[in-house]
Amino acid sequence: MKQISALARVFAYLSLLTVGGGMAAFPEMKVLTVEVHKWLTFAQLIHLYSVGQLAPGPNMMMIVSIGQWAGGFLGALVTVVAFFGPTALLAFVVARLWKRLERWRWRASIQQGLAPVSIGLLLAGCFTMAKGAITGLDTGTIAVGVLLILQRYKINPALLVLAGAAVGAFSFIPK
Amino acid sequence: MGTPVSAAAVSIRDIFLEFLVIGATSFGGVVPYLRGALVNKRRWIDDKEFVQMLSISQSLPGLNASNMAILVGEKLHGMMGSIAAIVGICLPGGVLMYLVGMFYHLHGDHVWATAALKGVAAAAVGLILSTVLQLSKKSLAGKVDFIFMAMTVLSVNRLHQSVPRTLIVVGILAILFHRPSRTEKARIAQ
Repeated sequence: MKQISALARVFAYLSLLTVGGGMAAFPEMKVLTVEVHKWLTFAQLIHLYSVGQLAPGPNMMMIVSIGQWAGGFLGALVTVVAFFGPTALLAFVVARLWKRLERWRWRASIQQGLAPVSIGLLLAGCFTMAKGAITGLDTGTIAVGVLLILQRYKINPALLVLAGAAVGAFSFIPK
Repeated sequence: MGTPVSAAAVSIRDIFLEFLVIGATSFGGVVPYLRGALVNKRRWIDDKEFVQMLSISQSLPGLNASNMAILVGEKLHGMMGSIAAIVGICLPGGVLMYLVGMFYHLHGDHVWATAALKGVAAAAVGLILSTVLQLSKKSLAGKVDFIFMAMTVLSVNRLHQSVPRTLIVVGILAILFHRPSRTEKARIAQ
């Protein structure tokens, strides 16, 4: 039961940090799930996040796996509700108020001001993850390759993540 | 097809099923799938509304996919519409990751799995960088925005400040910089 309430608290809190995208919460997610509660290792967190990019739907459904490990089926369920509940409620309230907010002078200021901060949070999350995921020239090449291909061609990113798996499976097997 | 349907005509069941299909098929990012299903196929919202809802979704905490589900669901059928949409879009990926999590727990330390996952993680880093680049091109206006972005990164990665503290401090600075008197002047100047 202690785990379940910890999952609820941690993921409700992380939920509110996902400004701009799930990656914005990644540095804090690492601290709380890996260092504080020890539900999984940093390598496992990186793996789950990355595999999660292959799943359809919202790109942070990997939280379900963390919930399942820490608290079984109930843990998974509580994690999803905690992670989507608070922001869903906020979005619902904003949807209701939007007509009135449209005339509020600060609305555009908030949107413009939050843009660079949310992009910065995504980048910070990306760097936190890269510390664990980019371990040498080989993994660096895969990351840069994916980046360049996505800049140049319109291709489904999930296919590139799959290609990463294939390259990895053939190159990183210990000889 | 034809004229956009009126909001009252959309049932909870239709909302749930449409978002369930999006949740089950949107590989590689939900936004294009949402647009295809809601704007082109169902005509529940028009393109202008879609873009506006997306910009609201991006500036609120929460994922684009789940915020869009709430906003579109609310428009179509109030609170029950929102609930049907978010449950629908989360369900397939959630069930999949539940199974993947169990499987990974059992077999994740197999040499083949470890090697493949190393490649997957590296590719995911490239994917996030590409998202960052795309968003920067679209929504950063001027040098000052790049400074706010850099401050955010330094605060989290170098100064090891927590994400909420960074968000509040740099966020308030950036919002004050883009204060109404300034943004309205800029709009008039254009």
